[in-house]
Amino acid sequence: MIGLERRLAYLKRIVEEAPFDQTEVVLLTEDSSLTRFAHSTVHQHVAERNATLILRGIFNKRIVVLASNLFPPSSVENLFEKALLIAKIQPPHEEFLSLPGPKPIPEVKTYFEEMERLTPRKKVETLKKLFQKVKGKGLHASGSFSNGVVELFVLNSLGVEAYQKYSDLVFHLIVHDHDGSGYASFVSRNPSSLDIESLAQEATERVRRVPEITIEPGEYEAILEPYAVAELLSLLGYLGFHALAFQEKRSFFCNRLGERMVDERVTIYDDGSDLEGLPIPFDFEGVPKKKIVFFDSGVARGLTYDSLTAGKEGKESTGHALMAPNTEGPIPINLFMEGGESTLKEMVRSVRKGIYVTRFHYTNVVGPMRAVLTGMTRDGTFLIEEGEIKMPVKNLRFTESVLKLLSRVKSVSKERKLCSEGTVYNRRFITGVVAPALHVDGFYFSGVSQL
Amino acid sequence: MKEFIENILDMAKLKKVDYADIRIVRRQKEEIEVKNGRVEAFVEAEDSGFGIRVLFHGAWGFACSSKINKREMERVFGKALKIARASSRAIKGKVFFPPREGKVDRYRTPIVIDPFHVSPEKKVELLLRSEALLRLRPKVKLSEAFMDSYKTEKIFASTEGAYIEQTIIECGAGISATAIEGSEVQVRSYPNSFRGNFATRGYEWIEELELEKNAERVAEEAVQLLSAKPCPSEVTTLILDSSQLALQIHESIGHPIEMDRVLGTETSYAGTSFLRPEMVGNFRYGSEIVHVFADATYPGGLGTFGYDDEGTEAQRVPIISNGILVNLLTSRETAPLLGKQSNGTMRADGWNRIPLIRMTNINLEPGTWTLEEMIGETKEGLFLSTNRSWSIDDRRINFQFGTEIGWEIKNGKLGDIVKNPTYTGITPMFWRSCDAIANRDHWQMWGTPNCGKGEPGQVAHVGHGTAPARFRNVQVGIMKNT
Repeated sequence: MIGLERRLAYLKRIVEEAPFDQTEVVLLTEDSSLTRFAHSTVHQHVAERNATLILRGIFNKRIVVLASNLFPPSSVENLFEKALLIAKIQPPHEEFLSLPGPKPIPEVKTYFEEMERLTPRKKVETLKKLFQKVKGKGLHASGSFSNGVVELFVLNSLGVEAYQKYSDLVFHLIVHDHDGSGYASFVSRNPSSLDIESLAQEATERVRRVPEITIEPGEYEAILEPYAVAELLSLLGYLGFHALAFQEKRSFFCNRLGERMVDERVTIYDDGSDLEGLPIPFDFEGVPKKKIVFFDSGVARGLTYDSLTAGKEGKESTGHALMAPNTEGPIPINLFMEGGESTLKEMVRSVRKGIYVTRFHYTNVVGPMRAVLTGMTRDGTFLIEEGEIKMPVKNLRFTESVLKLLSRVKSVSKERKLCSEGTVYNRRFITGVVAPALHVDGFYFSGVSQL
Repeated sequence: MKEFIENILDMAKLKKVDYADIRIVRRQKEEIEVKNGRVEAFVEAEDSGFGIRVLFHGAWGFACSSKINKREMERVFGKALKIARASSRAIKGKVFFPPREGKVDRYRTPIVIDPFHVSPEKKVELLLRSEALLRLRPKVKLSEAFMDSYKTEKIFASTEGAYIEQTIIECGAGISATAIEGSEVQVRSYPNSFRGNFATRGYEWIEELELEKNAERVAEEAVQLLSAKPCPSEVTTLILDSSQLALQIHESIGHPIEMDRVLGTETSYAGTSFLRPEMVGNFRYGSEIVHVFADATYPGGLGTFGYDDEGTEAQRVPIISNGILVNLLTSRETAPLLGKQSNGTMRADGWNRIPLIRMTNINLEPGTWTLEEMIGETKEGLFLSTNRSWSIDDRRINFQFGTEIGWEIKNGKLGDIVKNPTYTGITPMFWRSCDAIANRDHWQMWGTPNCGKGEPGQVAHVGHGTAPARFRNVQVGIMKNT
């Protein structure tokens, strides 16, 4: 706590002494570890401790961002001087109104002390158990086991003072032999909920000991597991659910708010406080996150805003600002899709001939206005015949409009899963999507991966 | 600093580690983005810290911190050792790390003008002037200009006596026009999409890019795309311009030849490779005219440096000769599996990441054709330029790319513009169908500053030198059915 108070006092001093019209400071500290394994052997095992200060100064409507991990920065005065110099050479940002003022932030439990006790030795012991378990089935394990504790501070000169400590654990597991592979993952703020036995079981079930068959490209009924659905939802969020894309007329929501765009079984929203996801109750401007519904029973409804995009429309921020400088827009990072009535087993049983997809790989945007994406299946793609998962098939490429796909939903699973890429570039900031499985009609597979 | 480093390396020797190295890295970054007449982002960032890698009892451990002082270094060394000791309990075999004598040297990117010594005014003015030219076309609704500069100063020292100091300077710039009409959105960029073209050069590189000179053409093409016909769906002859071919090389040659992917140690995130070590020396990767080098020495390449982050000197090595795979990208640990020594490709994204096998400059050697001859001798096909989207499977077999623009080729001449062009293929089949590569006059380096790999994620800056090339029997127009 002494460290916390000292840091808060330091950040307050920066805000008070800054020579700008408005000032914001964000401090992100990280104490993390990541253990990678391949072919049931630990080959990379790293630990990091870092702290980054991001200063945003507004001077006559000019915006400057400076970032430093020298903590405390060698000279705050030098930072101020540099920022003023950069501000003065810019034309004014007329659309910028103001940084946000303070609002009450709900209390959400995001930190579990047990994370601090996850030593390298304990992690390796967990992995040894895993290696033994899959060895018993003649398989190998590859994957990563990442854990960290992060502290986020957001303060500004209008009185915002937000602080959150959070922990997270992400476990990716690929179980494989020569013929195929299966995938399972686990992500949580609470490390004690990791059940390595059931994770190994889930991944192992997807490995079939028979060679993959090749199926012809074309349209198929498909069952998409939550891992696959989560990836599609993330890209929808990036492309169209936020105000910047809408204001720049490059969102698929343009001119369509209020219209039924997808099947009525589809409800997609963002909720930064829901404990089923990876909650953080406020954004990088210190604004509490509002729940925003994008598709309400298939009808296009809402958008996420930060202070800049909200200011342009005379609205209030919904609490979706990302770390400055953010030129991509207030992309939602706590996505959920509502579950349906069926179990995954029932969904499979209802398919006469179709494809079962565990997850996608390297999905990318082909056509933003129709949300056309392409990507490959990976780690468990199967042919379904007469309601049963039969043969594993060679990985397939899809090229498909996700909006059209969501119009062809046949059923949505009751079960939902928190999925996360867990990949961290530069600063640790893990996001997740809570998704059900989907049964869709006419999924267009455009190619096969085979030599 | 040297004293702190020696203290750690002495401690490592006292603890009888198999090997240890330390890297101290300081990076400066400046990113400027101009959009629709205003400065959207002007960011200055500095980042420094150190990382210690230890090989102990045959297992690796790595720990790092942003606090550079003697006490913290000792703590971090202890943590790295603890990690290695723990990891040694879950390995199948001890890591073989071939011993060698460490080098003592210095390297600095040769530049004319340090981009960090150029005034912010000058940079912002250039971007605003270039971006304003894009807006002369009313249908261009988003006009953007970018300029990024990086300076990395690093010290590498090891228990083998290495002490290498390097300063790497990089910069790049680009412009982009987005034309919008109704639900039609079309983008054109120069010199490349995703923020431009980058090099290990000084500000003279930015000046040579001539952003303003190209702005009006870029805007005009973006507007033309709004009413262009869609890319046909067919199997045809494809000519790729050098910027798109650079990404084709990146995804379908550069990544599959990474030895860590070949060995399966990147399975959990980036994926593996369709290649196996025993294919080196006999696998036909491409047609006989396909010659590829990994060249970390090419002046100005974004993957150019003095030494990699294991202290191995930068090299130029053949990867594909006469279409046959002859080598892979290797590290000190993996090269012995091919009976070779490291070809110096281990690079880390800063002090807080371990070095991984990364592309350097993966260059396709020029051929003998002029671009005009290549188009002139193509009866029917497409000429595609500037990447818009990319995707490839986890073994790097099935790829699909989209480009910003395409032109029909009819009877040896460029014809109408086509919008939303896409093409797909299978890696070795595609490269085996290459029947013409343009000559040295058309050859240029492209910098890719956003190559992602590893966990925690790492971004590498890599380069690709290439000239336009022609490929036969390629499936184009994948979007038609959507």
